[in-house]
Amino acid sequence: MKSIELLGASLLDWLEAVGRAGIFLVQSIFRLPVRFKESVNLLVKQLYSVGVLSLVIIIVSGAFIGMVLSLQGYSILAKFGSEEAVGQLLALSLLRELSPVVTALLFAGRAGSSLTAEIGLMKATEQLSSFEMMGVDPLRRVIAPRFIAGVICLPILSLIFSASGILGGHLVSVQWLGVYDGAFWSSMQQSVYFDTDIMNGLIKALCFSVVVTWIAVYQGYECVPTSEGIGKATTRTVVLGSLAILALDFILTAAMFGDF
Amino acid sequence: MRSKRSELLVGCFIILGVVALVYLAVQVSGLAFSSKKDTYQVVARFDDIAGLTNRAKVSIAGVAVGNVESITFDKKLYMALVTMNIDSDVNNIPTDSSIAVLTSGLLGEKYLGISIGADDEMLKDGSEIFDTQSALVLETLISQFLFKGGDSEK
Repeated sequence: MKSIELLGASLLDWLEAVGRAGIFLVQSIFRLPVRFKESVNLLVKQLYSVGVLSLVIIIVSGAFIGMVLSLQGYSILAKFGSEEAVGQLLALSLLRELSPVVTALLFAGRAGSSLTAEIGLMKATEQLSSFEMMGVDPLRRVIAPRFIAGVICLPILSLIFSASGILGGHLVSVQWLGVYDGAFWSSMQQSVYFDTDIMNGLIKALCFSVVVTWIAVYQGYECVPTSEGIGKATTRTVVLGSLAILALDFILTAAMFGDF
Repeated sequence: MRSKRSELLVGCFIILGVVALVYLAVQVSGLAFSSKKDTYQVVARFDDIAGLTNRAKVSIAGVAVGNVESITFDKKLYMALVTMNIDSDVNNIPTDSSIAVLTSGLLGEKYLGISIGADDEMLKDGSEIFDTQSALVLETLISQFLFKGGDSEK
């Protein structure tokens, strides 16, 4: 009897949390500050801390992943005498899977955790309540710009990741391993389609960006306002965010490329 | 000053994103920004197309002049009905030209190659190429070769 009660209670708790998070999402989307100039200023500040500061890690890891992919791909493709297909392998795996997923994972670790910690600390030091006392809606002033900046940044970062990965792969396979340059690009261009591959990758990145930023700002806003609570909330952001990205990626891939 | 600098960097960030998108579109997917070319449709029936796909290229003398629009099964004749789009500036293909399913390289993609005929009439929108050659299927080739080998030993 006791255990059934516990099960029911935990389900209700979970439903309540999901419902709160949903309401929170809707409220933070539609509540940018009223004055246009002010909201742009807030947004630019967040775009800087979420996007520009993540640029280095995205470019560096993109280049290295492209380089590793071409090394591994070359050593296997060379067995079949079709080294030129390394361009196709590189571009398709980067555009369809690796760049949205790895960018989102890095984003959850780099930007998501800092968003949670920042908002959580604001809550712990009662800055959020003092905003309310001054008659400023904290959702409007603090959450909405962060959420929108995150949603804008991740797709852009994913594009930059793809470009940097392809350049890195080109460096290794053409300059180092000696794949013929023209064949590298032509095998890539024959197999990559703008509307199916690049656009689907962008749609994936957009979905991940909404989910990751949502989790990050919600965890920060709802955290227990102690130093331990902030730590736990930050960990939850990274863990939940990564799990959500990987599960969502499977669903999106099945929907987009499932009929191949 | 601080906010001016961050505004500048955010601008650079967005420009970098757009540059990456254009780079991926042009260099990686080979997207051409020219407006969609005028084409006319030609059909052909094949005994066996063996792995030809939609959007495969149609070439004359190795140069791409069009692509495959659709591949359907002709129920009456038990043949593959291939509809292709050919650029309308290539309007001088004789009606008795022949078309074959070819393979680029040993294991590469399948494409269609047109060999020019000698007729005075030219292909128009909706006309059909009657002289078709099916794809070379490796299994059929090998079995033919084995069959002939057995014959010559007798």
